[in-house]
Amino acid sequence: MTRRLSIFNVTSLVMGFAFLYLPILLLVVYSFNASRLVTVWGGFSTQWYGALFRNQALMEAAWVTLRIALLSASIATVLGTLAALALTRYGRFPGRTLFTGMVYAPMVMPEVVTGLSLLLFFVAVDLDRGFWTITLAHTTLTMCFVTVVVQARLMTFDRSLEEAAMDLGAPPLRTFFSVTLPLIAPSIVAGFLLAFTLSLDDLVVASFNTGPGATTLPIKIYSQVRLGLSPEINAASTILIGLVTLGVILATLISKRSVLRSRRNAH
Amino acid sequence: MPPPSRQSASVGAVRRAFAPWADPDAKPLIRFENVTKRFGEAVAVDHLTLDIFEGEFFCLLGPSGCGKTTLMRMLAGFEFPTEGMITLAGQSLEGVPPYRRPVNMMFQSYALFPHMSVEKNIAFGLRQDGLPKSEISDRVGEMLRLVQLEKLAKRYPSQLSGGQRQRVALARALAKRPKVLLLDEPLGALDKKLREETQFELMDIQHELGMTFVVVTHDQEEAMTMADRIAVMDHGRIVQVATPGEIYEQPKTRFIAEFVGDVNILEGHVQGQESGLWHVKSPSAEMPLTIDDPDEVLHSGQAVAIAVRPEKMVVQREKPGPEAVNVLTGEVWDIGYLGDWTVYRIRLATGEILRVSCANISRFVESPIDWDEQVYVTFAPGAAVILAE
Amino acid sequence: MIERSFTKRLTSGLVPAVPYLWLGLFFLVPFLIVLKISLSDPAIAQPPYKPVFAWSDITGFLSALDLENFELLTQDDLYFRATLSSVRIAAISTILLLFVGFPIAYGMARAPERHRSLLVALVILPFWTSFLIRIYAWIAILKPEGLLTQALMGIGLISDPIEILNTEWAVYIGIVYAYLPFMVLPLYATLEKMDDTLLEAALDLGSTPWRSFWTITVPLAMPGIIAGSLLCFIPAVGEFVIPDLLGGSETLMIGRQLWSEFFSNRDWPLASAVAILLLIILVVPIVIYRDVEARRMEMRP
Repeated sequence: MTRRLSIFNVTSLVMGFAFLYLPILLLVVYSFNASRLVTVWGGFSTQWYGALFRNQALMEAAWVTLRIALLSASIATVLGTLAALALTRYGRFPGRTLFTGMVYAPMVMPEVVTGLSLLLFFVAVDLDRGFWTITLAHTTLTMCFVTVVVQARLMTFDRSLEEAAMDLGAPPLRTFFSVTLPLIAPSIVAGFLLAFTLSLDDLVVASFNTGPGATTLPIKIYSQVRLGLSPEINAASTILIGLVTLGVILATLISKRSVLRSRRNAH
Repeated sequence: MPPPSRQSASVGAVRRAFAPWADPDAKPLIRFENVTKRFGEAVAVDHLTLDIFEGEFFCLLGPSGCGKTTLMRMLAGFEFPTEGMITLAGQSLEGVPPYRRPVNMMFQSYALFPHMSVEKNIAFGLRQDGLPKSEISDRVGEMLRLVQLEKLAKRYPSQLSGGQRQRVALARALAKRPKVLLLDEPLGALDKKLREETQFELMDIQHELGMTFVVVTHDQEEAMTMADRIAVMDHGRIVQVATPGEIYEQPKTRFIAEFVGDVNILEGHVQGQESGLWHVKSPSAEMPLTIDDPDEVLHSGQAVAIAVRPEKMVVQREKPGPEAVNVLTGEVWDIGYLGDWTVYRIRLATGEILRVSCANISRFVESPIDWDEQVYVTFAPGAAVILAE
Repeated sequence: MIERSFTKRLTSGLVPAVPYLWLGLFFLVPFLIVLKISLSDPAIAQPPYKPVFAWSDITGFLSALDLENFELLTQDDLYFRATLSSVRIAAISTILLLFVGFPIAYGMARAPERHRSLLVALVILPFWTSFLIRIYAWIAILKPEGLLTQALMGIGLISDPIEILNTEWAVYIGIVYAYLPFMVLPLYATLEKMDDTLLEAALDLGSTPWRSFWTITVPLAMPGIIAGSLLCFIPAVGEFVIPDLLGGSETLMIGRQLWSEFFSNRDWPLASAVAILLLIILVVPIVIYRDVEARRMEMRP
């Protein structure tokens, strides 16, 4: 089957990707601007990167964000994987409908509502707002995304592999750890990365649940942006974009290898 | 149910020295007793009783959805009977999980662990038993030799061909030396040529190890070639359990006659019996048909079906003499030349189409039978089977 | 019937129980609290709502509940206008997304197979970079003396700076930009699976390319169109960051209203009532989306 790209197809692809990438590119370019004014080019300079690393508050916010993201993504990965197993492997159990609803609801719930409801909960149980409340909130928000990713893998999982392991003498728990877990591991890693990024990125839920000493990077950036554009933010963004791009390229290379392997498997 | 001696000597073309099922004192290795399996409303296996003996190559044959796979999965322990009991070597299997049964299975999809090498796949079952390392590697080597894959031990399943994967799956299932090996459509994924070779290899391996094989298949040729006995299943029940020869030459029902091989069915009514031969009046033939099937107990006027295999019919241009029995007239509707066989489709006056096959024993035929010719089809009294309707 | 000892049953029961309890505690209970607080009166004290949580005084608690906050929502037409304007902005954005996203997804589906996974990765990549940063990038572009104005003046298309930032147009641009992957990916998934011979058959039977597009391609892409549209519409209704950073003060959106009730006016009960209102608006599209997804799951082999 030959599919040919028409001029129209090529044009829409070029325009589409230009639309997606031009703003990011401009942001990166202007982080090397010598001028204090973000939109006026004043020559090449890396001074804002220096200023960024000297900005104690920003560095601290980055550190808090990273810790929250790591911790919440780790817990969310465990909980999300368990939920995915429950949904695919446990058939009907009491309250399954409610469970399914609760798994999917946080994904479609507006962030302002999730943020507000969790805050009111933390106030009601008298938990001091700060690092832990944001972590708990992010875990709840992101575990659902982990569930969806892992569940998709489990649904295409060849059950006869597990049956073969049991047939060969492996009890259920050992079957899980020696066959199921290694095979769904890529989706669990993908789920973790998704949860990590979402937590890193979240402004709304974190704003509701933050407290003294727990200012995350998005909250910091948001308050600075409201005061006006700053080349320092451009520099911080460029570093973040660079890290994410590197991570995505690495992840793509790794998954490409496993896709190739499984594709050969299918023949 | 021991068949009469005259029959057992002649049914099918294979003489069997190994026939524990004919010995009333033999103890079965596997016994299904009145087993029923329901999935909700649907009945997959319906009050089924069956004995399988040690060392047998046993085939479960039937169309898809007949319950043969469910039967095998109950033996493996992935399903449990709703009613009835399964015993293995005199021990009930009730409540025994798959990982505690001395039964191993070769899966239809092979179910090779994609993240383990060939070696590791074969060693998996042995490692579960906690055997010492040296013994595991000895046994794995032995298995690799048995299936001739020594050179591929370090490869991963994705790097193997379909035939090689099939061998790994077989080796993995055999490695634990199970009492019973279950094979779910073992050759289904192979192409025709490889399938034929592998059939004989499986028979050799089974013979060498003296193990009991239970094979599920929907392919009657596969079952005929390999099995000591075949159980034909339909709608959750066993319709007939017999040797391949008996299944083919002495089918118990019309379903079996039609499911296993090709067959022509002529309908008719019993007229009577004369010196051991039945006379049946059929609208398809002018004169009553004479059938040599002494085991059937029939009464006059009973509606019956007469089954005749295509290769047991003869097609000729010349009118047979007056002494000839079982003569049908018709015209040639279609001719299919298959190389080893030529298949004629003959249309009778009643509109029925008969299928007659002739072995092409010579390379040259003088004036071969042509399309639309008027022809006569005959068959011997011993070529036909009477099936009570 | 599988042999299971009590402890095994217990450990396997933990698999659903742990996430179940977590979601019950951190999702269901907070939601019920929002519902409850939306029915209580504001107070000056901290926390700014009453009645305070007191499980012992159930009857007193229940009698203190009223629909006052919701009455306020109906009386003050600010909320009514914010609701309408949220739905309108989300709907217009979704239509714009369809027009922008469809040609991209179509081009991706027709690209040579060896390039397709790279194109998919390129669509997803911006999603992994911070949402806030991507919106921030647009401020510099859309500012009155921003990069867009500079570029357009540079090529002589306009002579005066154009006002885009702090208008509804900036909000549309922001939503289309941020949500484009959510529209393109479901569309691509259905278009990619489409059999090209269907279009060839249509052309062979005498249909023009344009007609074939509308009679073959669009109907077959419908599941993707619906999924993509809902996937964009639902979060757009509750959007806060985009209208707040790109929109002007007159851009009313319900998510923003909730934010300001909470952070500026510190009226928690009213904020809760707005949250409930927002959910009520979204119930119908969410239910449709769930059904569409369930059907798509079933269709999978």
